Amino acid sequence: MFGHDYFVEVAPEFIEDDFNLTGLSSIVPFFRDALDVILDLEPEVPIKPANVPLVEHAAELLYGLIHARYILTKPGLRSMGEKYEDNCFGSCPRYYCQGMHLLPIGRYDQPGIETVRLYCPNCNDIYLPSSSRYLNIDGAFFGTSFAGMFMKMFPEIQRQCDERTKKQFELKLFGFRLNERAPGGPRMKWLRQYPQSKEEIEECRKCEFAMPTEEDEDNTGTTGEAEDGRMDEDNEEEETTGARASAGESMMSIVKD
Amino acid sequence: MTSRQSEYVSDSGSDYTEYWVDWFLGSRGNEYFCDVDLEYITDRFNLTGLNQYVDRIGLLVDIITDRTQISETQPEEARARLEDNAKFLYALIHARYIITSRGLSKMLEKYRNGDFGYCPRVNCKLTPLLPVGLSDKPRVASVKLYCPNCEDLYNPKSSRHSSIDGAFFGTSFPAMFLQNYPELVPTHNVDVYIPKIFGFQLHTQAQLTRWRLLKREQLLKRLEGLKIDYGKEVPGGFAEPVDEVAGAK
Repeated sequence: MFGHDYFVEVAPEFIEDDFNLTGLSSIVPFFRDALDVILDLEPEVPIKPANVPLVEHAAELLYGLIHARYILTKPGLRSMGEKYEDNCFGSCPRYYCQGMHLLPIGRYDQPGIETVRLYCPNCNDIYLPSSSRYLNIDGAFFGTSFAGMFMKMFPEIQRQCDERTKKQFELKLFGFRLNERAPGGPRMKWLRQYPQSKEEIEECRKCEFAMPTEEDEDNTGTTGEAEDGRMDEDNEEEETTGARASAGESMMSIVKD
Repeated sequence: MTSRQSEYVSDSGSDYTEYWVDWFLGSRGNEYFCDVDLEYITDRFNLTGLNQYVDRIGLLVDIITDRTQISETQPEEARARLEDNAKFLYALIHARYIITSRGLSKMLEKYRNGDFGYCPRVNCKLTPLLPVGLSDKPRVASVKLYCPNCEDLYNPKSSRHSSIDGAFFGTSFPAMFLQNYPELVPTHNVDVYIPKIFGFQLHTQAQLTRWRLLKREQLLKRLEGLKIDYGKEVPGGFAEPVDEVAGAK
């Protein structure tokens, strides 16, 4: 379908397993009917003609949410890997990323909040899709965890990124650099900076678990709590996706705050 | 003349345009260019040094300013070459013109219209971009787009723009533009994105981001030492982090 080329085909066995659908019945209206539509089953009770568009819509939503769970499993990651290799999701628009391939992600796991965004593993940033046809795809159909899982599954991507240039752009006026005191001067250098000198690497090492300064970044308390709430919810999802094996691996290297 | 005319007609099918400059600006892929004043082109002083890139500069200037037209008696290739050279010369003059005050005000209008596109970075929240070259010499690198918010370079979205030479805009244009219109320097959005798995941040990325935020703190301290205001009201200042990701450990 038009604009749906970011999606992979979810294995029917995955959809048929009720375990993988835990919790979706409360989000998707006409859950049973929608599931029948996805699996091409004849419904026991025919759908009322008035409800047909609603069911179709629900089926799209349901498929998207199952898709988000499926792409965290090994077969899902593998088929997404093929799409990634084919550059289906586009390349990073940033010049110094030298055409790094992008990954689709959502910033929220709940549907209906934000459309899909693209994550660049090299500059570690998110971009808007270049074509407007992707602007009606919900970010929740890919989920917040996909990019991270994908990079844990394919560590060579990280290696590839490490080899890419760490160069930064410096705005110049007739060959002269601008001073950071000027309003138009370089004030966002930190955004793409990498530790280069010995002192900087040392500094970076100190940042392993927290910012070393006394005045820590503000609003840590509030977001921390909010995140805990989200975490529980998401952990449940992990169980359901049946991606435990690969999830287990990746959990090892993730820091718990 | 015929080549230009037929090309134009095949492009859009609209009425034949009279002036060379209008034809040039109206053709596909030239949306980034602004119109250079004819007085600027005819002033020989402004063309100093350009004759090393094109020959018969006088004739080309006459073509651009519609004083002469490419004679139809010449063979096809010669006409095409003249046409290409005229375009090339116009673009090189354009690079010089857009850093003059009149040129800057014309580019300001294009910037306001978003003719150069918007930053694709999510956290830049559609900041308009500015064209920039990586070199002032032609045929080195294609045009890139500079985002004043994240101070980074992006490739043009459309392939017809990625073939434009960067020297047609020059390396100094964005800096000159922002020096001239300091009120257009955006308040920098400081939100950053950290990838997560099931709500947990990826360690290496989170560590690097923490270090980058530390670098920012150091910059703020330096600015404070210099008694420079960097609040969210001033151009070039920093906005408060709004995203849950920024600032969270």
